[in-house]
Amino acid sequence: MALIKIPPVLRSSVGGEKEVTAGGGDVGAVLSSLASQHPDTRSQLFGADGSLNRYVNVYLNDEDVRVLDGLDTAVGEGDVLVILPAMAGGAR
Amino acid sequence: MSPSGAEVIRQIKQQVQEVDPAEVSEHLGNGVTLIDVRESEEWDRGHIPGAVHVPRGYLESRVETAVSDRDAPVVLYCASGQRSALAAHTLSELLGYADVRSMTGGITLWKDRGYKVEVPKVLTTEQKERYGRHLLLPEIGAEGQAKLLGAKVLLLGAGGLGSPTALYLAAAGVGTLGIVDDDDVDLSNLQRQVIHTTRTVGTPKVDSAEAAIAALNPDVEVVKYPVRLDASNIMEIVQGYDVIVDGVDNFPTRYLLNDATVRLDIPVVSASILGFDGQLSIFKPHDGPCYRCLYPVPPPAELAPSCGANGVLGVLPGTMGLLQATEVVKLVTGIGEPLVGRLLLYEALSASFTELKVRRDPNCPICSRDPAEITDEEMGVFPDYEAFCAAAG
Repeated sequence: MALIKIPPVLRSSVGGEKEVTAGGGDVGAVLSSLASQHPDTRSQLFGADGSLNRYVNVYLNDEDVRVLDGLDTAVGEGDVLVILPAMAGGAR
Repeated sequence: MSPSGAEVIRQIKQQVQEVDPAEVSEHLGNGVTLIDVRESEEWDRGHIPGAVHVPRGYLESRVETAVSDRDAPVVLYCASGQRSALAAHTLSELLGYADVRSMTGGITLWKDRGYKVEVPKVLTTEQKERYGRHLLLPEIGAEGQAKLLGAKVLLLGAGGLGSPTALYLAAAGVGTLGIVDDDDVDLSNLQRQVIHTTRTVGTPKVDSAEAAIAALNPDVEVVKYPVRLDASNIMEIVQGYDVIVDGVDNFPTRYLLNDATVRLDIPVVSASILGFDGQLSIFKPHDGPCYRCLYPVPPPAELAPSCGANGVLGVLPGTMGLLQATEVVKLVTGIGEPLVGRLLLYEALSASFTELKVRRDPNCPICSRDPAEITDEEMGVFPDYEAFCAAAG
């Protein structure tokens, strides 16, 4: 099982949790498992063609999976995935 | 009978290696550490550019901070070449430095030959007192303080992030603070925008901020821009600033800012906040990734809520704004490891920090290109720009 850190904008889609766990041997499988458990996250993570939306960054531990093997990057026990869409908020 | 002082100096000068100013000038910056051993008042009147100052009276206790490697080449100078010869003798005979030379004729001969001298900005007695705690830090000192006083920093917004940043940068003695904000102070701002006060509600934020800064530190010149940053004014406003502090609240302006600062080669200390979460990074053009390398496209409007609609813990912009101010001071003074190529996430409820790596995108539509080729027309534009802005209203 990998630990997934959920960004503020996706927390309402996972019952308000900041962290959830999901199984899978690679990044794609873990995120698919997340989307199965919490269907509202699917359209926010994946485009119609099944690829990761370009405005969502996913990090395995501290490295962007796009510089690793993308959705095929292997995920081990105890790894941490961070999902990170851009935030615009300043505070006017 | 003991020898006279002059005789001792003559003997020591025979023992130490000397070097002509012409050779020193030629090798400046080539890995040779140049040390000025004169007193502080002499240093303040002008010194050789690139030299470090270690007064002879502090030589033994401080030289290792300037040169830790005892095999590294070191050249010492003073006013005429006597004190530097004595100091060179101390370094080689007592401290074991292997490659020490004293510059013939000192800075007097250096000047006579027409080589360049740098006159540091001298702090007034009042400034020495005001910035005393900075002066005590060897990493900052008088030189770092002079850099801060000479620095021009532009704050985008005098809001939640801009308020604490402006106050601390003003306190630190940043000489010029530009502030871009077209808003008026609202009562609902005061939960977090600490530069404004109940009394300034209803007045322009740039005026309210200017008054607070003037009250805190008269050394700081405030340049006010009571406008919204857009494609028509951005190049003119940001040009000439050393660092930009970004706390803007919308994606189109973030992309516009990114493209302008890549063109002009100005680092941006960027933060964003939402609820109990904050993000922070520095986008330093061509040394590290730019904002587009991290986020090539913005999220759809429903995934990009603003603080106005969603609330924010009042203390959070303080935390993130002060991390921004810290990074600005580091960039200006050149100390530490600035947060370039790294993204820092802060989650206030669990009091946890997460650090992620941010890589330069070799195919970045903006920062992978020659800055001169970026046109006005493409600045701030991203795929689906029209649709995004229509949806965002």
